[in-house]
Amino acid sequence: MSEGLSTALPPVKRRNAELVMVLFAIAITLFAMIEAGLTRNQEMPPSLFVYGLLFGGLAVLAHVFIRFFAPYADPLLLPLAVLLNGLGIAMLWRLFEATGDTERGSAMDQLILTAGSLVVFAVIVFFLKEPRTLQRYPYVTALSAVVLLLLPLIPGLGQTVNGARQWINLGVTSLQPSEFAKISLVIFLSGYMVMKRDVLSLASKRVKIGPVKIIDLPRMRDTAPMAVMWGFCILVLVGLMNDLGTSLLLFGTFLAMIYVATQRSSWIVIGLGAFFGACALLYPFVYHFSVRVDTWINAFDEDVFYGELGANSQQLVQGLFALGEGGILGTGLGGGKPGNVPEVQNDFIFTAFGEELGLTGVMVMLLALALLVERGMRIALASRELFVKMFASGISFLLAFQSFVVIGGVTRVIPMTGATIPFVAKGGSALLSSWIMLALLVRMSHNARKPAPQAIQDEGATQVISR
Amino acid sequence: MSDLTLMLIKLAFLAVLWLFVIMAVGVIRTDLFGPATGKAKRAQKSEPRRSKPVSRGRRNEPRALVVTKGPLAGTTLNLSASQPIVIGRAKDATLVINDDYASGRHARIYSDNGRWIVEDLGSTNGTYIGQQRLTRPQPIGVGQPVRIGKTVLELRK
Repeated sequence: MSEGLSTALPPVKRRNAELVMVLFAIAITLFAMIEAGLTRNQEMPPSLFVYGLLFGGLAVLAHVFIRFFAPYADPLLLPLAVLLNGLGIAMLWRLFEATGDTERGSAMDQLILTAGSLVVFAVIVFFLKEPRTLQRYPYVTALSAVVLLLLPLIPGLGQTVNGARQWINLGVTSLQPSEFAKISLVIFLSGYMVMKRDVLSLASKRVKIGPVKIIDLPRMRDTAPMAVMWGFCILVLVGLMNDLGTSLLLFGTFLAMIYVATQRSSWIVIGLGAFFGACALLYPFVYHFSVRVDTWINAFDEDVFYGELGANSQQLVQGLFALGEGGILGTGLGGGKPGNVPEVQNDFIFTAFGEELGLTGVMVMLLALALLVERGMRIALASRELFVKMFASGISFLLAFQSFVVIGGVTRVIPMTGATIPFVAKGGSALLSSWIMLALLVRMSHNARKPAPQAIQDEGATQVISR
Repeated sequence: MSDLTLMLIKLAFLAVLWLFVIMAVGVIRTDLFGPATGKAKRAQKSEPRRSKPVSRGRRNEPRALVVTKGPLAGTTLNLSASQPIVIGRAKDATLVINDDYASGRHARIYSDNGRWIVEDLGSTNGTYIGQQRLTRPQPIGVGQPVRIGKTVLELRK
């Protein structure tokens, strides 16, 4: 039937390559801990064996799981995630356990969260056999995304941390539902774009100056979804919850997906114009937002640096100094003073890597993220279903854009917004949502690459197909 | 622990990190072009084939069918001489295109003594080579665009 057919990815398994890379990533994690222990405390980390056993065991289990349940999955996805996650754990160990300060967080907690995330990862890979089933209920998914985003606003349930109201209190633990809203939103947008793709990409008004074509503008009524999305991002996130990071991520993802679906740059021009226009108009009036912009532009101003708690630029400036201290080769793990940056374990963990591994090490981290995104885009190209194409490219873009927002904020390219580097930073919600995205990519890449089902018998109107 | 040892450990760690990246890129490389042993196998395979009386120059023989425009843009199909390719909306077509202007079994591309031939299978909206609608099976060359509805395909080497 479809023998001789292959989309651009050949149906090869390459699970052994994955195993080697996973083992390598585990070894790098342990090496990082040894280096940190030797440099800082002049001894081998006492708990090295425990970490090696737990983290290594988890990663190898995940590999075995993929070997059985998604054997055609891309061989690089899991190793890259394990490397990033492992580097994160090693850095947290160096920040907390190695200095004897485990009150604000610990690598062991992160390891336990990793274990939990991997369980969810396995459940998704196992049960979501066909990602296109997610396409069925786009508006229910959209509603769930909105509910997740608004949950922290419920009094008694929501918590405000550092000025942003984006946490819910679940008694034992607190959760950041916006991390999961992003994934719901990508599901909704993929389904929506598949339905509305033609009208969004074809109906247009051509703007000309003389005979020169300037731009194809969409019809007014087709801009309604963008207007809704725009209003939602601006009003609810910047206005009510003060969460600029999530707002930026959601709108950016929306623009990227509409561009992928329609290949029309006018959507991007209109969208970016509307978003930045609104930001420029609003920022003097939203306190939290104007503080972020102020600490960004006037970071080195003395008044701003010594400003009140939560409104000063100490974190940003100390982070920049830490990056400068690191230079090309870094101080070596355990050799720097990343603790000088307040709350370094969250968004600013990137500066800790910059200080101790230098530009050389940070480039590896960026390359690992870039490769992950590249593999995601590759899956989108190789898939033949429109929904899966949209979904895979949406998730990849989300990973890339999230990394850009964090690292751009830390390096003072854009205002600090409060998102986390996927897989690396401390925090259960972020880690869990990253692993969920990876599970979706693994499933989609398996489906894109596995050989087409073989027909058992060729005659007759109904074909029997073995799965 | 002397400073020199720590320095060496630090450099070794960075080197190991980069080794990981290089290995990862290596995995993708073989992912794209097939494992290194593939070349030797392919050479072996082509040896007996060359002795067959195929008059056409093998160098110009297309290897793949690529979708250049339309909803499936970017999709690649490997060609094999024994296997005709049926394009259409039907589930059992070799290349299933989700295109409102395509028929169930729209067109067929097959190999005839090393030449690749497009045949319209009685479609409603026709198959086009350039501006010209197909009325009978016609040979196509590498890089010549074939249009079906909103989808454009071409042969590549």
